[in-house]
Amino acid sequence: MTAQAAQQNTTLAFDHVVAEIAVALQPFKKGEVAITATTDIAQDLNMDSLAVMDLLMELEDKFDVSIPLNMVPEIATVGQLAQTVIESKRGA
Amino acid sequence: MGLMDRFKAQRELHAAVKTCGADPFGVKMDQILSATEALIEGRPTILCGSNNYLGFTFDADCIEAAKQTLDECGTGTTGSRIANGSYHDHKALEQDLADFYGKQHCMVFTTGYQANLGAISTLAGPNDFLIIDADSHASIYDACKLGSATVIRFKHNDPADLDRRLGRLANEPGNKIVVVEGIYSMLGDHAPLKEFVAVSKKHNAYILVDEAHSMGVMGATGQGVVEHDGVLDQVDFITGTFSKSMGAIGGFLVSNMEDFDLLRVACRPYMFTASLPPATVASVRKSLAKLRANPGLMAKLWANVDTLYDGVEAAGFSVGKQKGPVVAVHINDPALAARAWHALLQNGVYVNLALPPATPSGTALLRCSVSAAHSTEQLQHVVAILARIGRELGILGTPAHAVAAE
Repeated sequence: MTAQAAQQNTTLAFDHVVAEIAVALQPFKKGEVAITATTDIAQDLNMDSLAVMDLLMELEDKFDVSIPLNMVPEIATVGQLAQTVIESKRGA
Repeated sequence: MGLMDRFKAQRELHAAVKTCGADPFGVKMDQILSATEALIEGRPTILCGSNNYLGFTFDADCIEAAKQTLDECGTGTTGSRIANGSYHDHKALEQDLADFYGKQHCMVFTTGYQANLGAISTLAGPNDFLIIDADSHASIYDACKLGSATVIRFKHNDPADLDRRLGRLANEPGNKIVVVEGIYSMLGDHAPLKEFVAVSKKHNAYILVDEAHSMGVMGATGQGVVEHDGVLDQVDFITGTFSKSMGAIGGFLVSNMEDFDLLRVACRPYMFTASLPPATVASVRKSLAKLRANPGLMAKLWANVDTLYDGVEAAGFSVGKQKGPVVAVHINDPALAARAWHALLQNGVYVNLALPPATPSGTALLRCSVSAAHSTEQLQHVVAILARIGRELGILGTPAHAVAAE
């Protein structure tokens, strides 16, 4: 696989994961603003810390990965969360 | 940004709940009358939201033991367990607890919170994994933050979910420690320990059980859910507290782990705080001795559980699924729950108010708890008041049903 193709694959995976996370986040939307990679989980959505932990659990099952609670402080945006999922999958 | 600006959410929540007419988080007991009664705002009030499961706070023998030790040993140790704070009774209580659980080793901590904080944060190292129940007590979550292990959360009381999450860690070399509680403090349900132990063994994981709310409550001799489920010998670590059924304060860890005593010089919440006052230790030794001499004390507690749980359920309230000394009345609307809580207080009944997001159910809870020291009449009175307030506030939607139940 060329470097370009690998890059392409990662990009696709990233968009796919963001889309899946956006689906899981529908119940927490504030108004009708679309959820994208730059959506800030704490500020742009109606989520408390418990809801964030429950979301991680849901994503662990959806992607069959382990996402430790230790990651929570480092995840601000949907894009960062997607990246965490992708890295967890690679590590698995 | 000011130091306190971060607490905007707490400020708003607290302000909202106070509109019920009182501050549920600022109740002052003006005078304690007994294990089950206090004066609040001048009213004699039935305490139905304590954790005084065996009523030992006012046991004459426990008080006498504490008084005598107070005279002999003074008011406090002024030092840590590893310095000048280990007296004869601290060591004797550790031996008592090791005997009670049939384990080789015991450490006594200054609070139950510190027992979990210390045990969990110290046992799991940087390359290890803590796999904790989603509804774990704050002391378990805080232990995870204090420690350096990787933390994974599994669905509450769900052994199949634990199995799946441990399975994902199969190729990780670190040790795994599963952390569960016996009885859960908010909803009063208890862990399926037999299943949790089987899943933990399957994955070569250690298992720690916090029996804070189940010691002196479950099992033939009061060891807790480990005894109720017949898995005491398969559980690696048990933590617990003296501030519930033992009627005082303090915490413990028991285990058969080799080299256990190394924890005494590695566990910071054990090393860097003053030890329990000797009078407290003496009263706990007496409480434990009384429980061991007379496990029948628990029969009175469970008879009282029947009165409250069955009464509240028959009145038409939605209660926690498993019957036990914690009877959680679910009320969907937090504002309504706060009004009901205040009305109860004004009618001489104290229960705990728990609000989302701090509740595992997502609903507000009127958390009632039962003591062996309650009289049947007290608990019948609580049920009657609850039912009346439930009807008046429209929480009980079917008056005919509720009236019949009362």
